[in-house]
Amino acid sequence: MATDTTALRAGSPHEIARVRVPTRSAGSELRAIKVVWKRELIRFSRDRLRILTSLMQPFLFLFVLGTGLSRLASAGTHGVNLRTFVYPGVLCMAVMFTAMFSAASLVWDREFGFLREMMVAPVRRSSLVLGKCLGGATVAGFQGVIVLCLAGLVGVPYAAGLVAEVFALQLLLAFAITAFGVMVAARITQMQSFMALMQMAIMPMYFLSGALFPVSGLPQWLSILNRLDPLTYAVDPMRRAVFAHLHISAAARQALDPGVTWWSWHVPGLVEAAVVALLGVVMLTVAIVEFSRAE
Amino acid sequence: MSEPATLTEAPEATQTAAAGAAAVVVDGLVKHYDDVEAVRGIDFEVATGEIFGFLGPNGAGKSTTINMLCTLVRPSGGSALVAGHDVVAERDDVRRNIGLVFQDSTLDGYLTAEQNLRLHAELYGVPREQVGERMHQVLEMVGLWERRGSLVNTFSGGMKRRLEIARGLFHSPRVLFLDEPTVGLDPQTRSSIWRYIGELKAREDITIFLTTHYMDEAEFCERIAIMDHGRIIVLDTPQALKAQVGKDRVQIATDDDAQAIVVLRERFGIEATIAEGAVTFGVPEGEQFVPRLFAQLDVPIRTVSVARPSLDDVFMAHTGTTIRDAEATSSDRMRNVARMMAR
Repeated sequence: MATDTTALRAGSPHEIARVRVPTRSAGSELRAIKVVWKRELIRFSRDRLRILTSLMQPFLFLFVLGTGLSRLASAGTHGVNLRTFVYPGVLCMAVMFTAMFSAASLVWDREFGFLREMMVAPVRRSSLVLGKCLGGATVAGFQGVIVLCLAGLVGVPYAAGLVAEVFALQLLLAFAITAFGVMVAARITQMQSFMALMQMAIMPMYFLSGALFPVSGLPQWLSILNRLDPLTYAVDPMRRAVFAHLHISAAARQALDPGVTWWSWHVPGLVEAAVVALLGVVMLTVAIVEFSRAE
Repeated sequence: MSEPATLTEAPEATQTAAAGAAAVVVDGLVKHYDDVEAVRGIDFEVATGEIFGFLGPNGAGKSTTINMLCTLVRPSGGSALVAGHDVVAERDDVRRNIGLVFQDSTLDGYLTAEQNLRLHAELYGVPREQVGERMHQVLEMVGLWERRGSLVNTFSGGMKRRLEIARGLFHSPRVLFLDEPTVGLDPQTRSSIWRYIGELKAREDITIFLTTHYMDEAEFCERIAIMDHGRIIVLDTPQALKAQVGKDRVQIATDDDAQAIVVLRERFGIEATIAEGAVTFGVPEGEQFVPRLFAQLDVPIRTVSVARPSLDDVFMAHTGTTIRDAEATSSDRMRNVARMMAR
């Protein structure tokens, strides 16, 4: 027998502490949700390149497109910088793309086998899906915060109320988009197909949402599509929050931040946020059902 | 080397609900995917503490069976109890009591070894105060304690497999399933994996259920079920199975194999077949037969080999083909099944 005590501690069956796995409880589900969430954060923090590349697009839109088009647009913006106008839309974009990539990692997880490790664990599939969606939302929210830090560069003040409101809205959006991505990932098992599908869904959603133009006075077809686009209800309250803190003329406000109307009813920001939340919950539910059914 | 045999088992033996009960009980288990019958009604039992092996070519239904026992695939018919729990009705109870090591890696390469294990511990609800100690135990056992802080992506194939074994053991499962645990590894790593499996039994008071299609590895098992075309063809200890065959296997390469087979039949009364590209037949006392063969076979012999009965011969005796040839013919069928599974 070895006399070295450290070796004994490591190797001797005497001291094997058989672990006892308790039966499923709310506590164990919470632990599962938390660890799946935490994994997203660890992986995101390791992936510096991803943090950088997903900031690329917002920068291009904000500073290149925003600056380049500002001369063309100056006639219609009543003196408001175009960059300031597109800022809420660009913030949504940064959040959307990050959330989408978070959901995409589920497809990788399947491809690289890790999904199997989670699927055989003695926890509810709903805990896994919820942890994933919360993780994606957190990561995307973080990305949003980086864009939020740029507010000063485009003439948006750092007011506490504004930051809090925008932060809450972007978390909501991030959650909804991740839920959407996870729902799609339940069915689509190949990365190429998933990315193609997401592009097909995300790009039209983004362009129709009014992230890059005011939503009043549009041709009827575009107006209808705009009101049907879920993203509209994330961009609009965000723009309202930003514009509420700008000192601009009434005419400018009227032209640039007209707000979304349903049959001439001006939809309040809270209702808009509720629309996004409701959609997020519905998609989360579908995702849970899909994953629970999967063998 | 320590003496595990003299050591008493852990006091938590109460976790074994019914002492002496079989760890796995399978009754008429069936699985079909659309029109492909992957498993066609199998029955067997695995005793607690046993090392039980499933042997057969790719596509024989081993992985499907293991997936059903692990609650990953729902059986089309029949029933199975694992650690005393029904794999369909008590899925969670089964999951808490089994450890899994799959053919393909299911580790997260972007996490460290320790993070992978912690994640597992959290998913399985291992009590927090035990996580640290258990982590040390399992990592020390597979020789990865020093590498616990490294990203799994930097590990070699053998290290990954060892880490998976450590993870599969983390929550002290009563049954450890190993699906082709050594496939794709070099011979040295293969033998070290087998050493761990051997130690496991002594240290962890555990039942080990594994599949393999390597004949030589099947001999590490206490009992073996040979599976082919979704059925269990024979089930016994490796020794008994080999004794049943009783003959040495002789393989010869000749200038005219067809003629050699005819001569063997006419002159020696031996039915030979072509297996693995050589004329193959079984005779008692192979070494003494070879000189006669050279003297009386008119066909020029280029090479000759004589082998003691192995599980390969057992497989051959029961299926009429070697495991390698069986894989060649069943690869189409396997591809079909794989496609179904991927859906």
